[in-house]
Amino acid sequence: MHEMALSQGIVDVIREQAEAQGFRTVKTVRLVIGRLSHVEPDAIEFGFDVVSRGTPAEGARLEIERPPGQAYCIACAKTVEIAERYDPCPDCGGHQWVLVEGEQMRIKELEVE
Amino acid sequence: MCTVCGCGDGETKIEGQGQSQGHHHEHEHVLPDGTVVRHTHDHAGHSHARAHAHDHDHDHGHDHHHPHDEGTLHYGHGAAGTSVPGMSQTRLVRIEQDILAKNDSFAAVNRQLFAAKGVFVLNLMSSPGSGKTTLLARTLTDLKGRFPVAVIEGDQQTSFDADRIRATGAPAIQINTGKGCHLDAQMITQAVGSLGVADDSVLFIENVGNLVCPAGFDLGEARKVVVLSVTEGEDKPLKYPNMFAAADLLLVTKVDLLPHLTFDVERMIGYARQLKPGLEVMQVSSTTGQGLDAWYAWIEAGLAKAKRRA
Repeated sequence: MHEMALSQGIVDVIREQAEAQGFRTVKTVRLVIGRLSHVEPDAIEFGFDVVSRGTPAEGARLEIERPPGQAYCIACAKTVEIAERYDPCPDCGGHQWVLVEGEQMRIKELEVE
Repeated sequence: MCTVCGCGDGETKIEGQGQSQGHHHEHEHVLPDGTVVRHTHDHAGHSHARAHAHDHDHDHGHDHHHPHDEGTLHYGHGAAGTSVPGMSQTRLVRIEQDILAKNDSFAAVNRQLFAAKGVFVLNLMSSPGSGKTTLLARTLTDLKGRFPVAVIEGDQQTSFDADRIRATGAPAIQINTGKGCHLDAQMITQAVGSLGVADDSVLFIENVGNLVCPAGFDLGEARKVVVLSVTEGEDKPLKYPNMFAAADLLLVTKVDLLPHLTFDVERMIGYARQLKPGLEVMQVSSTTGQGLDAWYAWIEAGLAKAKRRA
């Protein structure tokens, strides 16, 4: 529940990029936020609305991709899909897995004008 | 953001420094780029020159198939499918940057500094009232004189905790996060700058009491220690999975109270290991001293590894 700080991070990146790449308005921000990351997309949207005011990102639409959790199960020696951190491996029922994807929080691209 | 605490940047105070970071997002219209946003006409004029050159290439047939490399791209990707000089059109800018990149770069700086000075750094996290500060005060008292220590205390307000720690004789600095619900790496960089850390020492960072946000912010520590008291619910690991999945050590505190409670320690540990197989767990009591020797040995082993090679 620290989405305000994360939203600020997104707006900071957009400001830097606006200067470096010479755009003034952002129409769309595409984010990748894994399903097992510690982020609530609704809260990001709320925070983004607030912190983007008066910046090139004001009024931009957020599009959020939510890739599922992928874990490597050590017992099965393969990658399986995991919905929650406390879930067992869907194949063997064990918990000896390591998360390989699904925690990411990335700004993918911007649609700018 | 925290709809409960209104968590965000700003209002961070580090003892002796007053306000450290600005109120960026609070004052919407103070930002230097704030006024520029409205002048879209200028922008159309500006993009004209670029659009023109680019458009020419496209007309000759080699368009659209180039991958989006860095930066400015694809005038033909807008709704119209092409670009008309003088008319503004959207374009795509590839970013591929982690949202926490800024925090992580400060964490990397901290980690480098700690490695160079041989400092073993612990990030202690828990819900409020788990007994972190009491455990820390007891630890510092018991370990006094064995190796140099320093403490960074994080709370939304007050310097009560740092005062308690200083009473043990250990140097401590308080960070007040204001509305923030966690410590971030930049706060640690600043706190270490004003507090100073000795070579070959142990730095304890007591995070803001909160089982949610602190899990997501790397501070540059060597180990994350989660503290859970037996007066809390035994299902807490499953309720706050990110925190327990990130932990390197779980300290179960107040175990002297177990005879009076229905808390099932083994069940709680089972839940925690569901999230982090092989998680190391220690059961301690700051009141009776039970289990503290193992905790102290764990700290000393960590310090021995972190120390600079002579």
